[in-house]
Amino acid sequence: MHMHKFEKAWLGFGIGSLLVFLTVLGVSAFYLGNQPPSCLATIDPEKVDTTVPFNEPGLKKVEGKDWDYELVYVASAFSYSPAEVEVPYGAKVKIIATTKDVVHGFEVAGSNINMMLEPGYISEHVTTFDKTGEYLIVCNEYCGVGHHMMSSKIKVVE
Amino acid sequence: MFNPSAKLKVDPRDGKLAMAHFFVAFTALAIGGLAGLLQTLVRSGKFELPAGIGYYQILTVHGVVLGLVLTTFFIMGFQLAATSKTSGALTNKQRIAGWIGFWLMTAGTVLAAVMILLNEATVLYTFYAPLQAHALYYIGLTLVIVGSWIDGAAIIMKYAEWRRKNPGQPSPLLTFMSLVNTMMWIVATIGVASTVLFQLLPWSLGFVETVNIGVSRTLFWYFGHPLVYFWLLPAYMAWYVVIPKVIGGKIFSDSLARLSFILFLLFSIPVGFHHQLMEPGIDPAWKFLQVILTFLVVIPSLMTAFSLFATFESFGRSKGATGLFGWVKKLPWGDARFVVPFIGMVAFIPAGAGGIVNASHQMNQVVHNTIWVTGHFHLTVATSVMLTFFGISYWLIPHLTGRTLTKAMNKLGIIQAVIWSIGMTFMSGAMHAVGLLGAPRRSSYSEYGGAAQAAEWIPYQIAQAIGGSILFIGIILMIYIFINLAFFAPKGEQEFPVGEAADEAEKAPMVFENWKLWLGITVVLILFAYTIPFIDLIQNAPPGAKGYKLW
Repeated sequence: MHMHKFEKAWLGFGIGSLLVFLTVLGVSAFYLGNQPPSCLATIDPEKVDTTVPFNEPGLKKVEGKDWDYELVYVASAFSYSPAEVEVPYGAKVKIIATTKDVVHGFEVAGSNINMMLEPGYISEHVTTFDKTGEYLIVCNEYCGVGHHMMSSKIKVVE
Repeated sequence: MFNPSAKLKVDPRDGKLAMAHFFVAFTALAIGGLAGLLQTLVRSGKFELPAGIGYYQILTVHGVVLGLVLTTFFIMGFQLAATSKTSGALTNKQRIAGWIGFWLMTAGTVLAAVMILLNEATVLYTFYAPLQAHALYYIGLTLVIVGSWIDGAAIIMKYAEWRRKNPGQPSPLLTFMSLVNTMMWIVATIGVASTVLFQLLPWSLGFVETVNIGVSRTLFWYFGHPLVYFWLLPAYMAWYVVIPKVIGGKIFSDSLARLSFILFLLFSIPVGFHHQLMEPGIDPAWKFLQVILTFLVVIPSLMTAFSLFATFESFGRSKGATGLFGWVKKLPWGDARFVVPFIGMVAFIPAGAGGIVNASHQMNQVVHNTIWVTGHFHLTVATSVMLTFFGISYWLIPHLTGRTLTKAMNKLGIIQAVIWSIGMTFMSGAMHAVGLLGAPRRSSYSEYGGAAQAAEWIPYQIAQAIGGSILFIGIILMIYIFINLAFFAPKGEQEFPVGEAADEAEKAPMVFENWKLWLGITVVLILFAYTIPFIDLIQNAPPGAKGYKLW
């Protein structure tokens, strides 16, 4: 099959850029550890309220781990527990969340803290809060008629 | 290449079948467009829906009617007409299959529509379990899919017949492309059909109590991304084959066009995980693998872009254009059949770039489920694809109804596309911008308890409503043009433009017609990308989820 030399050049350039782009993504993912939230842990969606750590949602200081705090959320139609939380400035926090009913989203608006909460699965994301202020958490996956009312707040304080 | 059917009209009986598809498609455009307008108005915060109609109810209407009904009906109608034109009239048996497919799809659409109107199925077109719709809604959507398979069977039978009668010959390019898209569609819809038949239906009927969420979402997205290529490939058919003829040029290369379609068949399906990047339950390494497979689709897209602009440039130069961009002036800027799809092609440049962001392993984290994504597919499917479909309608509808595209309608067509572009710039532009600020998709108007961040989003939501209103004017114009071309335009002959390849001496390699090979590779790629994570989703599954009706 004949290919025009300009076509070859164009495709060569395109595939070359693609390889560079995928290499950057790959290095970021597997060398720098920037993986999407893919926690492989499961939970019985009927027993969320009695399962550790979801029996006590909220912020907890932890020792001897790679992060300083664990921030536990339980989502259900149409709210998050806790509804508001204060996090110390600069804290390295592991957010751990799940849902009791349908699929919800967990997005700290305007940041890259963004994950799906699905019944039966636990979602996790580690982050450092290095800017003070008030952050809005919104549900970004349709969960029913009150979907747009579902939110929570994180206050990052000195 | 000698094409005996080059001067022939589409057989009137096949034309009727295709037109039946278009009537449903344009009805869907009117209904879905109205729902879209209402959504943007509600989300501006200045308007409330009357009579207890729910925001999420019209959101479901909008998604189902435009994303599934309009597209599937238009595409099947177009592909049937294109196959009949390039491979000869359908046999009676093939035409009956087409009609059975059409009526099944229509019955399914009506059934799903009734359930949505009764507020029994406000689950959006993605119907994410464990939100549980009425069983008849799932049955309705299943009928749409099964109907499209039977429609597609007519195209496959025609292709097989042509190959039998013309041994050793490459099939006509438009038939070949219709066939590739049909096969891709059938392979992809197996995913959604499986989750509906084996998971959602038994569960909504009460035969089983719970459903495996991870599996249902994976099966849905196995279908959900190829779905967008199913929309895109008919636009590519028009760009590759029809546009060169419209401007008076040649197809850059018949073989390269076939190669790019084969690459789409291979790489369209094993990519669904990039919609699930933010989900628990799937190992990140498998997500990354599907990200790589997703990006391979960039290659046939680049081939298409090259081929189109090479066609434009060689046409311009053959008309005596000089300088680097002199050929641009030689293009027929007064011809709606060219200008309208051309605007669609231009929109595909930012649209494709946005798609690369969405599919990236970590960049997705910033935009996932924000209204940026909505902005993205309003550029791809609702601009690139839709404007190309409108451009196709401007010659295909009069061709099928024995009428002509008058100068007035041609001009109105161009005006329509300009209005569409302006409306979309406002709406999609605002969606992209506010999505980066974090505004969620698929949400009604909300001040989120007076949060400062949410207050920043409202001006953009007003811009979306302005864009949505302009777009609705575009929809009214389009419906007017459609009715004119179907019923009132003057009788006459309107050409069905089918381009010829520039390299006429060179025959397309027969390897492109080897379906055992290509479908075989497709299956291997799918198994490679899905088997292990899928087994994992079943073996390490949490207890299933019960159904909820939260609307």
